[in-house]
Amino acid sequence: MELRLERVERKVGPQTHLYPLDLGLVPRAVTVLLGATQAGKTTLMRLMAGLDQPSAGKVRVDGQDVTGLPVRERNVAMVYQQFINYPSMTVADNIASPLKLRRESGVAARVQALAAKLHIEPFLQRLPAELSGGQQQRVALARALAKNAPLMLLDEPLVNLDYKLREELREELTQLFAGGDSTVVYATTEPTEALLLGGYTAVLDAGELLQYGPTSEVFRRPRSIRVARAFSDPPMNLMSGTAAPGGITLAGGVAFAIALPVAVGAALTVGVRAGALRVQGRDGDLALAGSVELAEISGSDTFLHAETPVGELVAQLTGVHQFELGAPVRLYLSPAQVYVFDAAGDLLVAPNGKT
Amino acid sequence: MARIELDLAHAYKPNPQRDEDYALLPLKMTFADGGAYALLGPSGCGKTTMLNIISGLVRPSQGRVLFDGKDVTALTPQLRNIAQVFQFPVIYDTMTVAENLAFPLKNRGLAADRIKQRVGQIAEMLELSGQLDQRAAGLAADAKQKVSLGRGLVREDVSAVLFDEPLTVIDPHLKWQLRRKLKQIHHQLKLTLVYVTHDQVEALTFAEQVLVMTRGRTVQAGSASELFERPQHTFVGHFIGSPGMNFLPASGTADGIEVAGTMLRSPRAALSSIRNFSLGVRPEYVSLAAAKADGAVPASVTQLQDVGTYWLLTARVGADTLVRARLGGEQAMPKVGDDVWLQVVSEHTCYYRNEELIA
Amino acid sequence: MKPVNQKAWLLILPVVLCVAFSAILPLMTVVNYSVQDIISPERRIFVGTEWFKAVMRDDDLQGALGRQIVFSLAVLLVEIPLGIMLALSMPAKGWQSSAVLVLVAISLLIPWNVVGTIWQIYGRADIGLMGATLAALGIEYSYTGNATQAWLTVLLMDVWHWTPLVALLCYAGLRAIPDAFYQAASIDGASKFAVFRYIQLPKLRGVLMIAVLLRFMDSFMIYTEPFVLTGGGPGNATTFLSQYLTQKAVGQFDLGPAAAFSLIYFLIILLLCFILYNWMQRVGTADKPGAGHG
Repeated sequence: MELRLERVERKVGPQTHLYPLDLGLVPRAVTVLLGATQAGKTTLMRLMAGLDQPSAGKVRVDGQDVTGLPVRERNVAMVYQQFINYPSMTVADNIASPLKLRRESGVAARVQALAAKLHIEPFLQRLPAELSGGQQQRVALARALAKNAPLMLLDEPLVNLDYKLREELREELTQLFAGGDSTVVYATTEPTEALLLGGYTAVLDAGELLQYGPTSEVFRRPRSIRVARAFSDPPMNLMSGTAAPGGITLAGGVAFAIALPVAVGAALTVGVRAGALRVQGRDGDLALAGSVELAEISGSDTFLHAETPVGELVAQLTGVHQFELGAPVRLYLSPAQVYVFDAAGDLLVAPNGKT
Repeated sequence: MARIELDLAHAYKPNPQRDEDYALLPLKMTFADGGAYALLGPSGCGKTTMLNIISGLVRPSQGRVLFDGKDVTALTPQLRNIAQVFQFPVIYDTMTVAENLAFPLKNRGLAADRIKQRVGQIAEMLELSGQLDQRAAGLAADAKQKVSLGRGLVREDVSAVLFDEPLTVIDPHLKWQLRRKLKQIHHQLKLTLVYVTHDQVEALTFAEQVLVMTRGRTVQAGSASELFERPQHTFVGHFIGSPGMNFLPASGTADGIEVAGTMLRSPRAALSSIRNFSLGVRPEYVSLAAAKADGAVPASVTQLQDVGTYWLLTARVGADTLVRARLGGEQAMPKVGDDVWLQVVSEHTCYYRNEELIA
Repeated sequence: MKPVNQKAWLLILPVVLCVAFSAILPLMTVVNYSVQDIISPERRIFVGTEWFKAVMRDDDLQGALGRQIVFSLAVLLVEIPLGIMLALSMPAKGWQSSAVLVLVAISLLIPWNVVGTIWQIYGRADIGLMGATLAALGIEYSYTGNATQAWLTVLLMDVWHWTPLVALLCYAGLRAIPDAFYQAASIDGASKFAVFRYIQLPKLRGVLMIAVLLRFMDSFMIYTEPFVLTGGGPGNATTFLSQYLTQKAVGQFDLGPAAAFSLIYFLIILLLCFILYNWMQRVGTADKPGAGHG
């Protein structure tokens, strides 16, 4: 099904929860709604589902205006953060409920197949309260899949689960989505999750839709500083500078050459991802001398926090590196991997090719 | 600042017979004075129980807890002088930030100007100085957690600060700031810190020593690099790292080792004589290799994901073993469906039998 | 924008008819009576607001109103703290908690006129447990003869009857407080009183609001129990508003003033509850951050 939101807005009393936005979901693909808490993800999802009415604008499904249609008639499946299942029904009855409502045949076989897909076959006769968090969420997912609705909405479904469990379920979800033909909308606060789910990403911040496009593209070409901030983990390093002849001058007198479409003297912000900073230099690199503030080792990577003349920088280095607190360090960065934003925060230059 | 020693077990029932009856299997553990420790494990592994035994909120069914050599098993948390930060911010709604921070000191009868000085010091360290007169209930979640933490730090003679999954309610980008703050505080105050979490990134970045726990026992205790490079147990290999370690079934033969259907030169003589074992290699150390290279196995690419800073490749090896590899963006990427060769044997590869490290 | 579902109106039609028959029409009748002088069923004269003015000036009414306000305040002052203390001492877990809950709730289940009768017998100096005990101690006790003692007895009866409601509400509120708060307070070295003042009481705010509103409204309308116990006496010492109203309407068959008075009574309760509710709401939400979503 093709879902379009046209100039949709939501106000509650004097507060605007969602500013006017246009969004056309790519049919049968996964769209990730990425944003911090209270960015408007759940509000937007509720408008898509029909649980709330927009204060202005229209919602169209396959070209038809469904704005006034209540959720019961919209054929939507929804999965929540809080493992919502019918508490007094067994797992098998829970999964069968949408099928029974539509009086379909072959319910038992379908339930068995879905339970197998989600690895909850041994629990079919138990009550949801007897299962662990991860298992309860699998039951909720099975029920949503049973409905086989053309639109499936998942509101941060993995956020209440353990880290490892989240990884496992996320992989399974990616397989499940690839195999089905529903349009899936998945809300999350974690940029890494958006990248792992792939598909398309809509970045929301403070009630505004900032960018929508294929996930890779939104990541590599953020339209503005706000998108870059929302869509990076660890946070993007941002430095202020001014346009100089042939390049940019940053604070502390550091300068490098880069082609710019703006006049000399314009105020700019330069963004560098943590992964683009290195401790080994290559030809053409810009060197930033600084001192080590903090080194965090996470097993596969080392996060180095350094105080430099251009500001505080965070570098993500692969492997384990030991650093002394306060020791001098040089960080290298290739000007080809730099993002440049203008004074208004819009993107001017992005790195080309692979990062 | 105190050195904490544990020599105990904790069971659900009075006469524990089997392992399942224990919440914490018998253990001996020392937390050095001023060290930063993390208890890492999935839900139900016993980490919160261990934390509560250290703090005094739970009394172990057998054994003792020693602080600086003194037996404190019977003492309450108050008497042990510990501070605890919980999963959700615990603050006194009716008080301002300053009053919240001053509360533990007031209860101990400190002089008013001493209290004010101390509160100011801690507020500055936590970057709360600007909010001292605001009602604590009106702050954002991360500021509230800082207030909770501040209440623990404000007492000068606190023996240890215990954290129970404190960043659960915090947004991802604020988590970074709070983690940094915790590490800075550790450097500045040199307190004994014990941190419980199921998030391995949090544990590894925060602690000097991480205890990996599962089902009531500590499977391995070590530094981040030790746990990453040489996991002693397959659970540690699986739990640490995102994604975790790849395990390939292998068998020793006279000609070498057979890994998922491919014969490879045996990297260690001892392995040739072992019938069934697992080869463990982290995705960070799996790389694309030339066809039939030494230590490489053939695989068929099933998935390729762009994760921003790296690419995650998933491939099927042998009958049904999935292997994941973390690849840098600089090389040419294969496509889904391609047949590739993956280097799995290297000096970073570990070998396991019955889940324990053997080589 | 909202979809209009006509079927819903049909579904509530039976309810509307019931309510109309049992509440709205009688209310309209009362309003009708309040603006007429009914000398006899045939002779009715429209008098406008005269009854309302007369009622306001009536000394007896003002006396009853005064007694009522004092009574309601006394009820709140005694029952709310007592209910909180009772809730604090009730066990939280195990079979004891169920047993205590049942015991505490018993007085709430007794029909109200039976409550009055129980206390009537209880207070008798010859056969009542309390009356006989007091007499044996040498205290002169008579709830029919002594106005103050009648007051105290009515108050005591109400406290006995209704404090469990406050206790049950507070008990539920206390169970909702996560353990972590108590643990943190213990770690902070807080005394039991500090725990009560800084953790329990603030978190009971919502529940207490309900308790205060319920007890205030109910005590302001109290009729059965004091009527059965003292009949409003001695004299009119325990004649509260609703009893006065009944005396006027049913006893003296002064329908006009009675109707006017019941409307005023209704408005008084409405106004006081409105003020109380808003005040408590404002105190409760003074420090809440913006509501979360998304």
